[in-house]
Amino acid sequence: MRQTDHPAKSPPSEPAREAAGQPAGLRRYAGVYAALCRNSVVREMSFKTNFLLWIVVELLWFALQLTFVAVIYQHTERIGTWTKWQVVLLVGASNLIQQLFTALFLSNCVQLSEHVRTGRLDFLLLLPVNARFLISLRQVDLGAFVNAASALTVMSYAAWQLHLTPRPLQILGFAALAAVGVSIHYSLMFLLASVSFWTVRAEGIVWGYYNLFNLARLPDAAFRPGAFKVVFTFVLPMLLVANVPVKLLIDRLSSPLEMLLLLGLAGACFAASEWVWRFSVKHYTSASS
Amino acid sequence: MSKYWHVFNVGIQNTLVYRMNFLFRATFALIPLMGTLYLWRTIFASNPERGQIAGYSLASMTSYYLLVTVVDALTAVTEDDWQIAADIRDGRISQFLLKPLDYLAYRLCLFAAGRFVYTLTALLPAGVFLAIQHEYLVPAADWLAVGAFLLATVLTALLQFLMSYTMALLAFWVLEISTFIFIVYALEYLAGGHLFPLDILPAPLAQALNFTPFPYQMYFPVSIYLGRVSGREMWQGLAIQAVWVALAFFLARFVWRRGIRRYSAYGG
Repeated sequence: MRQTDHPAKSPPSEPAREAAGQPAGLRRYAGVYAALCRNSVVREMSFKTNFLLWIVVELLWFALQLTFVAVIYQHTERIGTWTKWQVVLLVGASNLIQQLFTALFLSNCVQLSEHVRTGRLDFLLLLPVNARFLISLRQVDLGAFVNAASALTVMSYAAWQLHLTPRPLQILGFAALAAVGVSIHYSLMFLLASVSFWTVRAEGIVWGYYNLFNLARLPDAAFRPGAFKVVFTFVLPMLLVANVPVKLLIDRLSSPLEMLLLLGLAGACFAASEWVWRFSVKHYTSASS
Repeated sequence: MSKYWHVFNVGIQNTLVYRMNFLFRATFALIPLMGTLYLWRTIFASNPERGQIAGYSLASMTSYYLLVTVVDALTAVTEDDWQIAADIRDGRISQFLLKPLDYLAYRLCLFAAGRFVYTLTALLPAGVFLAIQHEYLVPAADWLAVGAFLLATVLTALLQFLMSYTMALLAFWVLEISTFIFIVYALEYLAGGHLFPLDILPAPLAQALNFTPFPYQMYFPVSIYLGRVSGREMWQGLAIQAVWVALAFFLARFVWRRGIRRYSAYGG
């Protein structure tokens, strides 16, 4: 384990201030998060080459997906109703959402099973901060922000090719829906990580979830109604996460209900993950004892 | 020889521990596969006036991806490269320098054992899936194609293993090699034909790729089965594939010798 791998010094508990109401609590959590961010920057900068190489890896995989789209559209005009640059926009948006999720949550979720295995979870549970908050946000992956920027660049180019001039409200809506998408990825990943309290090793979870990511960048029109579509729309909403925000941008939402559905499912996913997390913690017996 | 047989047996027992993990993997891998298949089905439906796209019917395109899944189960290197790198980093290979055991052969036995167990585990989910998709599964052209397909798959496995082995040996020089492994993996994924059959690329590009080892890591055996390569071209391809395997073998030996010279047995 790396030297810097302990959580930032957490400020002493101040029950009086916490009781005083939300703003003080919020400020306290903001303070904790700022400290965690500083920690992450220091950590990343001590492995500079590795930091840069990971950005290259992610860029390569993104280029790979775009190549796939380019090759497919050599042989067809459209997929369902989607044209080439619309799909590029979708692949870009999907990557943007995935990278933001990676930046904020991914490595933290993956480490949960490691915390359980090593017994460090005991220590995290004892800290005077919400344990889920601390576990979910301990590290920030800065490289992923660079990749999110490259995704935005590709999206802008695709929008230019489509002669899109989104209204400010549309852009705001896209940003909000993308954030909802990030939260869905987070909830599902945290849920999987909580399940792994008992079973699979961490690599298994990441690998499993990467398979789901793959679906998010496919246009929803590629799926005919059926069990597969129902599951990945209503249970694991991979076919909504990137599709709904992009459809808002290119004016093809069949109804505002699609946005509501995304929002509702994000809430449901979060609730489910919180339930599994609590259940897991309740049945947690320390590794070291 | 019998000592390597023993290693193979031990390898099987060790990987059997991960059978649930393998089952999980094999099942989850079907999700993006289904996504891709649906995508192609929609593309074919969007172009009803054309029965074929780049020489592929819907059935042969579906078969392509199903065969990629099968060949991948048989030949993919999953854990071996990480384990080799860890052996080097933690100084565990010192013991192999003392024992009358060749490290490459030892690793090859473990790789074979791992693939054997993985394939057995994947048989259940993949078998169910293939049964569902059977109407899209085209039979091989003839028995010769089946034989050549099997031979090419074995060569593919050797090539995949030797290349990963050599990559992992970089751990003699660099502490953290996972980024390199992922970069090469990305190239293999694209240029090897995991994403799409290479002959739907513009012809000059597809031909240029034939000068790299990547198509021989996946695309080649599958294209034999589907009858996209046959006759003289097929025998030539097999010969080139064998040459790549030999080259990869000599490279692996060479890198190993250089690496051992640098090796200073940390913690060993």
